[in-house]
Amino acid sequence: MAPKKKPDTNGNAALHKELLHHMLLQRRFEEKVAEAYALGKIGGFCHLYIGQEAVSTGIIPLLREDDYVITTYRDHGQAIVRGVPPRNVMAELFGRVDGCSKGKGGSMHMFDRNVNFLGGHGIVGGHVPVATGVGFAIKYRGGDQVIVCFMGEAAVNNGAFHESLNMAGLWKLPVVYVIENNKYGMGTAESRASSTMEMYKRGDTYSMANAVVDGQDVFAVREAATAAIARARATGEATLLEVRTYRFVGHSMSDAVSGTYRSKAELEEYMKRDPINLLKATMTAAGELDDAALQAMEQEIAAVVQDAWDFADASPEPPLEALYEDVLVETTAG
Amino acid sequence: MPVITYRDALNQALREEMHNDDRVFLMGEEVGLYNGAYKVSKGLLEEFGEMRVVDTPITELGFAGVGVGAAMVGLRPVIEFMTWNFALLALDQVVNAAAKMLYMSGGQYPMPIVFRGPNGAALQLSAQHSQAWESWLAHIPGLKVVSPGTPYDAKGLLKSAIRDGNPVVFLEGEMLYNTKGEVPEEPYLIPLGKADLKREGNDCSIITSGKMVLVAMSAADQLAKEGIHVDVVDLRTIRPMDTEAIFASVRRTNRAVVLEEGWEVCGIGAQVVDYIQRDCFDDLDAPVIRVHQADVPMPYAKAIEKAAKPDVPKTIAAVKKVMYLEA
Repeated sequence: MAPKKKPDTNGNAALHKELLHHMLLQRRFEEKVAEAYALGKIGGFCHLYIGQEAVSTGIIPLLREDDYVITTYRDHGQAIVRGVPPRNVMAELFGRVDGCSKGKGGSMHMFDRNVNFLGGHGIVGGHVPVATGVGFAIKYRGGDQVIVCFMGEAAVNNGAFHESLNMAGLWKLPVVYVIENNKYGMGTAESRASSTMEMYKRGDTYSMANAVVDGQDVFAVREAATAAIARARATGEATLLEVRTYRFVGHSMSDAVSGTYRSKAELEEYMKRDPINLLKATMTAAGELDDAALQAMEQEIAAVVQDAWDFADASPEPPLEALYEDVLVETTAG
Repeated sequence: MPVITYRDALNQALREEMHNDDRVFLMGEEVGLYNGAYKVSKGLLEEFGEMRVVDTPITELGFAGVGVGAAMVGLRPVIEFMTWNFALLALDQVVNAAAKMLYMSGGQYPMPIVFRGPNGAALQLSAQHSQAWESWLAHIPGLKVVSPGTPYDAKGLLKSAIRDGNPVVFLEGEMLYNTKGEVPEEPYLIPLGKADLKREGNDCSIITSGKMVLVAMSAADQLAKEGIHVDVVDLRTIRPMDTEAIFASVRRTNRAVVLEEGWEVCGIGAQVVDYIQRDCFDDLDAPVIRVHQADVPMPYAKAIEKAAKPDVPKTIAAVKKVMYLEA
């Protein structure tokens, strides 16, 4: 199936290659993560992003270096697109000192100050007020930066979401709130959790610009995000963007891919609209991609992913003295 | 030396720190136009403007999180809760975000934020407005918890809390706002984590903090008339706790009463008693006794409310009990 919207691909071959590279890197990286998880190299909760890669890819590359990104516990893909080195993401997953959070955060808590990646956060909706505070700080300083806040669709039923968007609407804060609507909050379908299926319309409640977009179509995501980011930068105002996507894997590594809450048939239907395949089809049709080029990209990415694994595997575990480090900062005041 | 109220001491601390550092801002319900529900922020909106003295909707979880986000990118928020009873709605931000951000980011994101407001019971406000949360908050690694009992301490500790690079929970006393004390005109700081021996006597130690300091001092006055002289150890900071000050006092008096405003079970007193039994076991001449709120939600009616609260007579009775002067 081709994307609904025929993108203007003229002269954009390099950009399209970059977008494909972002998506493929996330996909192959997480396939490797699943392998490592099965081998016991990764522990705890581990939520994969497979199927949703067009969302991070359609938005994050539009940001400036001094902008900010904050997200949920499903954070590996966004971290990588934002520029957290795959080595350090993998080392974090392995619980090693070279992890981007020194092995203290794990899968759900990727942080990297170097690229203003303000973390994966583990409480549904809990980071939405934090994003709003970053927006407040940008306004406080008179800057023109933007923060993008990713959340799942289940978060919109949470009080933190409402409180945050109300303040962002009231105070005009430069936040782009992105609902990644993958249809299920763990195993609860949106129709069983939300009084409205049109999540983006909640923006009206907060006098906030809002839009809904096909999240499997990276161009559509990019177009909507471009407008939202430009609005935040130019006017300091927030946008609520609903991006409709689908998770091709279980809620976490410990959950079934399908079962009581969604059928295999439904899953297979959605997998026909794999965002990577859609982009490949567009590029192939435009003559921008052939088998050799794709093969080369796959090989290069496989090497990056293997390097990340090797790096993580060789990185030491945090020493025991790290246990008591980073609880508080040393402070000279008082 | 000028004598001012606890309220004005806090106001001075906020004003001075906002002058010192333009990253410092105050946010909360009614802090601006209304001059603060308890007038702690009186005049600050006029002086610093609405970007730095920010009235919020009644949305504790939301604005606590706004503070966390602002702290994450380098501002120094002071988040006022109209009372800590309402802050329960914001606990996810205090506990899951502020207290853990530095640790789970591997040291990358310090959290220089103060959460402050009145804590504990006032008069006849009944169950939902009369709660002391020290032990809940002090349970959490990554937070500092401060509970000043006098205007002098309130000012010096709040200034230090605002300058601290960590999340500080600052528990004020609604019944303390009008109390008065000497506060010097020249700037000063009081370090967090240091107790203060408010009164010295060799017969027994009363270990306490916050509003209960006044209760302890009053009990000490009355006991002195009977020839019983007590130490009053004001912890001032509950986390990190100045255990050395506790030990020094108990080693001298050999007896201790721990006085706190909150409930007994898993209270601050339980922690203090544990520290004492571990380090001062051989110094003790009697078991340590605790004075605390009755193990019930706070009632409204005057007589039973009084019966629920820790007070001077209960403290005196406890001191006499550890001295084996009364059954």
